[in-house]
Amino acid sequence: MATEPLIFDLSSPGRVGFSLPEVDMDEAPQLDARYLRGELDLPEVSEIDMTRHFTRLSQKNYSIDTGFYPLGSCTMKYNPKVHEDVAIMPGFAHIHPYQPEESVQGALQVQYELQNMLAQISGMETVSLQPAAGAQGEFTGILMIRAYHRARGDNNRDIILVPDSAHGTNPATAASAGFKMVSLKSGPDGNMDLAALEASLSDRVAGIMLTVPSTLGLFEPNILKISEMVHKAGGLMYGDGANLNALVGHLRTGDLGFDVMHINLHKTFTTPHGGGGPGSGPVACKSILADFLPGPIVVKEGENYTLRQPAKSIGRVKNFWGNFGMHVRAYTYISHLGLRGLKRVSEDAIINANYIRVQLKDWYYLPHDRMCMHEVILSGKNIKAETGCATMDIAKRLIDYGMHPPTVYFPLIVPEALMIEPTETESKETLDQFIDAMRKIAHEAHEDPELLHNAPHTTEVSRLDEVGAAREPNLRWRRPSEAVVPAAPVLEAVGSGTA
Amino acid sequence: MVYTPNTEAQRQEMLATIGVSSIKDLYTDVPSSVIDPQIELPAPLSEPELMAHMRQLSERNADALHNATFLGAGSYNHYSPSAVYRIMSRSEFYTAYTPYQPELSQGTLQQIYEFQTLICQLTGMDVANASMYDAGSALGEAAVMACSITKRNKVWVSPRLHPEHKAVLKTFSDGHGIEFIEHDAHFSDSQELPRDVACVIIQNPNFIGEIRDFSDLAERVHAADAILIEVYDPISLGLLKSPGELDVDIAIGEGQGLGIPMSFGGPYCGLFATKEKYVRQMPGRLAGMTKDKDGKRGFVLTLQTREQHIRREKATSNICTNEALMAVAATAYLTCMGPQGLKRVAELSYQNAHFLANRIAKLPGYKILSRDPFFKEFAVQTPIAPRELNKRLLAHGIVGGLDISGFTEVEGTSNAWLLCCTELTTKEQMTKLVGLLAEMGS
Repeated sequence: MATEPLIFDLSSPGRVGFSLPEVDMDEAPQLDARYLRGELDLPEVSEIDMTRHFTRLSQKNYSIDTGFYPLGSCTMKYNPKVHEDVAIMPGFAHIHPYQPEESVQGALQVQYELQNMLAQISGMETVSLQPAAGAQGEFTGILMIRAYHRARGDNNRDIILVPDSAHGTNPATAASAGFKMVSLKSGPDGNMDLAALEASLSDRVAGIMLTVPSTLGLFEPNILKISEMVHKAGGLMYGDGANLNALVGHLRTGDLGFDVMHINLHKTFTTPHGGGGPGSGPVACKSILADFLPGPIVVKEGENYTLRQPAKSIGRVKNFWGNFGMHVRAYTYISHLGLRGLKRVSEDAIINANYIRVQLKDWYYLPHDRMCMHEVILSGKNIKAETGCATMDIAKRLIDYGMHPPTVYFPLIVPEALMIEPTETESKETLDQFIDAMRKIAHEAHEDPELLHNAPHTTEVSRLDEVGAAREPNLRWRRPSEAVVPAAPVLEAVGSGTA
Repeated sequence: MVYTPNTEAQRQEMLATIGVSSIKDLYTDVPSSVIDPQIELPAPLSEPELMAHMRQLSERNADALHNATFLGAGSYNHYSPSAVYRIMSRSEFYTAYTPYQPELSQGTLQQIYEFQTLICQLTGMDVANASMYDAGSALGEAAVMACSITKRNKVWVSPRLHPEHKAVLKTFSDGHGIEFIEHDAHFSDSQELPRDVACVIIQNPNFIGEIRDFSDLAERVHAADAILIEVYDPISLGLLKSPGELDVDIAIGEGQGLGIPMSFGGPYCGLFATKEKYVRQMPGRLAGMTKDKDGKRGFVLTLQTREQHIRREKATSNICTNEALMAVAATAYLTCMGPQGLKRVAELSYQNAHFLANRIAKLPGYKILSRDPFFKEFAVQTPIAPRELNKRLLAHGIVGGLDISGFTEVEGTSNAWLLCCTELTTKEQMTKLVGLLAEMGS
C-alpha cells in the first residue's frame, strides 16, 4: 500500500468541496476589524479528493469488521449493523438536548428503560447515564463515595485502595478525585491477599476499587468476604464494570456487595469503539448513594418521562445527558437479545477464553492454571528466556498471520503478559486459526527468532520509532515556511497499554 | 443466536476440550448464593420487530428535519455534508480500537495527526490533542492543568460562561481544592490580576452570543504569570479572531458543530489545544509522525507517559476512551468546508441571527438583551413566559428557544429566551416564528 499524502498536500487554492446557500442578506452590523480573524489556513480540496483520501486511510486500519481482534480487557466484539441504522433515525440523531420534554418523550423513554435494564443487570437501584466513558464513570463513582462519607460527617477518609492488577484509570481516577491511592498486592494465586487487605483497612479508607472479574481474567472467590471486610471498616465498594461481559445475566455485581459501579456500554453492550471512542460509562448504585448521582436522570411521572436532578447530586461531569447515541445502541442491543441472549453472551465468552487457555497452555506460560472467565492471561516469559523473543515480538508476528495482537504487557503484575479476550462473537473456527498461529509462532521463536524480531513483515510500515517520536514530537503539519521550534528533548519509556 | 456463532454441537465439543461437563462448571469460583438471580428484562425482539419498535420511539420525538429549531446553547443544528457521514460510517474507522498497534492503525493515526493539525489551523494554537469527551469536561481538565502549571488554585470564571460549563468546573474542582470566582474578565484597566489566580476563563462568543473584544486580556493575564483559557465555538472561527491571535494559552471548543449530529446531547467532541510549551502538561492522546525501521514515514501515539495507562496515579488526567470517531467527523467536515465553506457557514449564521433579531425587536413587548455584536445566538426578553411560548410554538412545528429566565447574568431575567440561528435556518422559518410571536404577544 502506498504512503498516503497528508490532506494538506492535496490542497489547491480556490478548490471547494462544499455546497451551501449564498449569503443574500446584509442586515447584520459590519464587524469591526478587532473582532475579525486573519487568514484561515485550512486545506482546499474537492469532495472526491477528500472521499478518496479518507477511504484510503480507512483501508490502512485493522478493524473488527476485517478480522479477529482479541484485545484483552477491551471486549472487541462484533458491533451489530442494525444499531447504526437505529442511531441515525431522525428522531434520535436530530434532536436537541434542550427541547421541551414533551417533544422528546421517545428519547427519554429509551433512557428511562435503559436505566432500568442496567439496574436489573447490575443488581443496583438507580442509574445515571451521564458519564461519557469508563474513566468518567469511575470519577463519578469516587466523587459519590466521598459525598456519602462527607454527608455523614465522616471527613477523614482520604484513601482509596486499588489492587496492583487494576487498569491505570483506577489509580488515576483516585488521584483526580483528590484521594491518596494505596496499592494492594495480589496473592500468588491471582486472588486478593486478605491479610494485606485487613492490614490496609482503617477509618481513613473511603473505599476500594475492584474489577470483577479481575484484570487477570479470574473471578475473585473471596469477593463476599472482601465486601464484608470493607463495609465493616466503613468503606464502600466500587466496581469497575470493564469486565461485566463475563457475568451478564448470570450474576449481578450488586449481589457481590458492591455499592456503586460503572458499566462500559462500548464493551459489554457493544457500542462501537470508534478507533478510541466515543464510549459511554453509566454509573449504577445502591439506594444509599442514589441521592448523590450526577444529574439529571430520567424519571417517569404517570405516563410522562421527565428529567430530575438527584437531591444531593455531586453535580455534572459533562454537558447535557450523556452520550445518547450510545444509549440508543445499547438499548437496541439489550432489546434484541433479552435475558436469554445476554446469558449466552457470558457463557460463550467464557467458553471461548477457556478453550484458548487449554489449547495454548503447553506452548505459553500460564500464570494461573485454573478456570478463567472471559479472558485468559498468558506470559511469554519462558519463550523470552529460551529464545530472546519478547512478548512484543510475538504480538508483532501475529500480525503476519492476519490477526490483531492481544493486549500486551498488561496487567503489569504478569511479566511479558499476553492478555487474550476472544469474546463470544467469534466462532470455534476463528479460535482454531488463532491457536494454530500462536503455536506456530512459539515454534518460530525457537527456530528463527529473527523472524519475530523483525515482524511484522506484511504491513505497509514496519516497527515504528516510538522513542524518537517522543523525543522530538512532531504533532502537526506546518507549511514549509513556518519555522518550528522543537520542544526540549526528554527521554521517556514507551509502552503498550490497554483501556 | 444471532451474534454468538458457535453451534450447540461446537459448544459441547469445546466444553469437553476444556475438561468440564456443563456450562455451570465455568462459574465454579462464583459463590453459589449469587448465581442466577431474578433479572427482569423485556422479551427479546427479532430484527424487524426491533426496527419497528425503535422507529416508533424515534417518531415520538420532534426532530430538526421535520421541525424548525431555534435552540443552540452548546448544541447546534449545523449542516453535515453527506460525505462526512459516509466517511465516519466506514466500519474500518468505527470498529477499530485505540491505535495501540501502529502497524495496523496507520489510517486512524494519520487521521488523528490531520485532526490535530486542523484544530491548530482553526484556533491558531501550536498543538491539539486527539479529542476529549466534550467542551465541558475538557474545560474542567484545562482548569486543573492551569492550576498544576501555576501551582495556584484560584480560577476566575467569566459570569457569561455556559452554566453547564460552570457546573462541570465545580464538579472537577472538588478533588483539587480549586476555588472558582465569578469575575468579569473586563476588569478595570487600573486593576491588576491578583498573583494567586491560576487562570482566567472566558467564553467568546459568550453564553448569550455576544462577541467581545479581548485584545488586551492575554497581556494582562500573563503579567500575573497566569493562564488564559478561552472557550470558543469552532464555527465562529470562520469569521472571528482565533484564540491564537488573542494569545490564549489553552483553547477549548465544542466540536459538535463540525459535522456531528445533535443526537440529544452526545456523543460530541471536546477540542483541546494549547501552546507548545505546555504540551507535556496536556491531558489526552496525541499522535505523532515518526519513521519505521526502514525510514518510511509513519504515525504512532506519543508522549504517552502523560497518560494513565503508563503513569497511573501520576497521570495528567484519568482520560482513556475519548471521542475518536467524532474527531473523524470533524476532520472530514473541516476538510470538506475548507476556509471558504467555514466562513460561509459563519456568515450565514451571523446574518440569519440578526435578520431574526431585527424583526423580533420590532414586536411590542420583546426586547433584545444581548449587546451588539452577537454571533448566531441572542437573548430576548419576552412578554410571556418562554416555557409557554415554546409550548405554543411546538404545536406549529417550531422548537423554540431556551428558557434562560434562571440565568442570573441577564437583565430582565424573569422572561429571558435564548434563540439561535444557523445556516440551516430559513427565511420562511423566521418569518413564521415572528408571525406567531406577534400573535401571541397581542
